[in-house]
Amino acid sequence: MGLLTNLRDSISRVTDGLFASDEPKRIGIYGPPNAGKTTLANRIARDWTGDAVGPESHIPHETRRARRKENVAIERNGRKVNIDIVDTPGVTTKVDYKEFLEHDIDKEDAVRRSREATEGVAEAMHWLREDVDGVIYVLDSTTDPFTQVNTMLIGIIESQNLPVLILANKTDLPESNVKQIANAFPQHETIPLSALEGENMDEVYTKIAEYFG
Amino acid sequence: MPGAKPDVDGPGDGVRIDMISGARMEGLTGMEKIRLILDGVRDGNIVILEEGLSPEEESKLIEVTMTEISPDDFTGIEIETYPKAEATSQSFIDKLMGRQTTKKLTVIGPANRIETLHKDENLISTLVSHK
Repeated sequence: MGLLTNLRDSISRVTDGLFASDEPKRIGIYGPPNAGKTTLANRIARDWTGDAVGPESHIPHETRRARRKENVAIERNGRKVNIDIVDTPGVTTKVDYKEFLEHDIDKEDAVRRSREATEGVAEAMHWLREDVDGVIYVLDSTTDPFTQVNTMLIGIIESQNLPVLILANKTDLPESNVKQIANAFPQHETIPLSALEGENMDEVYTKIAEYFG
Repeated sequence: MPGAKPDVDGPGDGVRIDMISGARMEGLTGMEKIRLILDGVRDGNIVILEEGLSPEEESKLIEVTMTEISPDDFTGIEIETYPKAEATSQSFIDKLMGRQTTKKLTVIGPANRIETLHKDENLISTLVSHK
């Protein structure tokens, strides 16, 4: 198996070199709803371009369309990586408009939001199969990571041979459990952070440059 | 008890479970597999796949499910597999290409009728409710 892995890696390195260009890499920010994807996308965009990507909210599916921030140039340890950030809607296998009613949203608006959310998730899945060069997978470190959506998405990302950086977000909360995230996906490195408070962003940027540069 | 009939008056009293073999799925295209699953689930059935779907098929299943969700009719699917796929029967080509085998028992049902109670590497426990 080691020989096969080495052979595959060698082929991958050669093809990567052949097709390398100065074009920005499209990095998709994926994860379940309410993991803090937009907060992270805004944090990265503000730190390196001064602009935000989109509105943040505690209501699930606030991001209902993939949003893109182009040409975000991140410099780390003499290494520069130019990326387009694609903030995607939280992936799920179910959307019930009645969940929006719990957030004081009237039925008409809730139905509209749920329809937009389903379209957004479908679009995010399409992006993942066709249009991203790497993935930042954001998880809420206060919740159980052993969900089917997480298992399936990591499997899909791995099957596409995309580089993936797993971030355990919301470390500012007392119930944060980064070890649980690391245990769920031991085949990948897990980086803790609080996108809201900006904690450990230095390491996040170092890893972005390392993984996607 | 041999010869005993189930105590049901009609289809509305029970939950239909379709257990689909790997052999049945093998001859189908990706879209045919997804149609087979979603048609069953939209009828209120629980679908159990002996060998599961590939990651790409799972991705398309999510995408197609999203396009079919409609208020007060279909709210999506609940899907469960064992967390780790069995990786012992990979072909040489699969190993070379880094592909994982997809042989993993998979349970799929309507989101409003199936609830996962417990899941680990060896057990999936679900609660199925009537319509």
